[in-house]
Amino acid sequence: MARSTTKSRFWQGVRDGAPFLLVVGPFAMLFGVVATEAGLNLFETMAFSIVVIAGAAQFTALQLLSENALAVIALISALAVNLRMAMYSASITPYLGALPLWKRAIVAYFLVDQTYAVSVAKFERETDMTPRERYAYFIGVMSPVCPLWYVFTLVGALVGSAIPDWLALDFAVPITFLALIAPMLRTGAHVAAAVVAIALALGFAWLPYNLGLLVAALAGMMTGAQVELIASRREDPA
Amino acid sequence: MSIDRLDLWIVILALGAGSFLLRFTFLGLVGDRQMPDWVLRHLRYTAVAVLPALVAPMVIWPSATGGSLDPARLSAAVVTLLSGYLTKKPLLAILLGAATLYLGLYLAG
Repeated sequence: MARSTTKSRFWQGVRDGAPFLLVVGPFAMLFGVVATEAGLNLFETMAFSIVVIAGAAQFTALQLLSENALAVIALISALAVNLRMAMYSASITPYLGALPLWKRAIVAYFLVDQTYAVSVAKFERETDMTPRERYAYFIGVMSPVCPLWYVFTLVGALVGSAIPDWLALDFAVPITFLALIAPMLRTGAHVAAAVVAIALALGFAWLPYNLGLLVAALAGMMTGAQVELIASRREDPA
Repeated sequence: MSIDRLDLWIVILALGAGSFLLRFTFLGLVGDRQMPDWVLRHLRYTAVAVLPALVAPMVIWPSATGGSLDPARLSAAVVTLLSGYLTKKPLLAILLGAATLYLGLYLAG
C-alpha cells in the first residue's frame, strides 16, 4: 500500500518534470559547446557539470576564467549567482526536513531551479503528502532533468555546435517557469509578492553578480508575508 | 590565453562544494525542527518571489535580441502567465506560450 503510493508519486514527478527536458537539454548542450571552445577537455567539462550542477553559475565561472580573472573572483561571482539555492533550501525544508540525513543530502545535491519549482508547487497544492511521498516525487522530478544535464553537456562537448536560432530555445526558461508560477498565485499575498519581486528585479538588474535577484526576492517575500499578516488580521480581528 | 589548469580545478571543486553547502545548509541543519511562524510566513512566498524575479529580465531584455524588447517573446510570456493563472494547468500554459512565440516570430518574419 505505502509502497504503491510512493511509486505512483515517483511517476507523477517524472511526468511533471518531463517538460523541463526542453529547457535543460539545450542549456546543457550550450555549456558543453562553450566549455570546449574555452579549451576544456571532455573530462574537465563533464566534471564541471557533475560536480557543480548549476547552469548559470557554471557559465559565470567559465566566462570569468577565460577572461583570465583571478580564480577567487570567478569562484565568488559564481557562488553569488547560486545564492538563491539557499532560499530554495530554506523554503523546501518544512516539507522535507523530516527525511533521514542522507536523503536530505541527495535532495540538496539535486536542488536546482527546475526541481525546486516543480516540487514546491506540488507540495503547496497537496498538503497531505507524507515526507516519503514527497521524496519519491522529488526524485521523480529530478530523473528526467538532472541526468540529462550530464548527457547533454557531453553531447554539446562532442558535437560542438549550438542549437539553431530559429528554435528560440532561449525562451524555454521564461515560458516553463511562468507556466509553473502562474497557478501558484492563489491569493492577493502571492500576487503582491510576485509583482514586487518583478518590479525590483527589473529596477535592480544593474547590480553585479545577480544581486538584483536577491534584493527582489527578499523584498517579494517580505511583501507576501506582510500582506498575509494584514489579511489574516482583517479576517480575524482578535 | 588558455585557462590555468590549477585555477580551473580549484574553481570546479570549490564551486561544487560551495553550491552543495548553499543547498544543504537549511535542509541539513534545520531538518524537522519547528521554525518560527514569521520565518515560515516568509518562506511561503519564496517560489512566487524568486522565480518571477529570475525570469522578468529575460522577458523584458531577451539575450537573443541583444536585449531589446521583442513583441513575440513578450506576448508569449503574457499568454503563458494568463493561461497558467486561469487554467491552473502548467503543461497547457507551456504549449499555448510556445505556440504564441512561434506564431509571433513567424509573423515578424
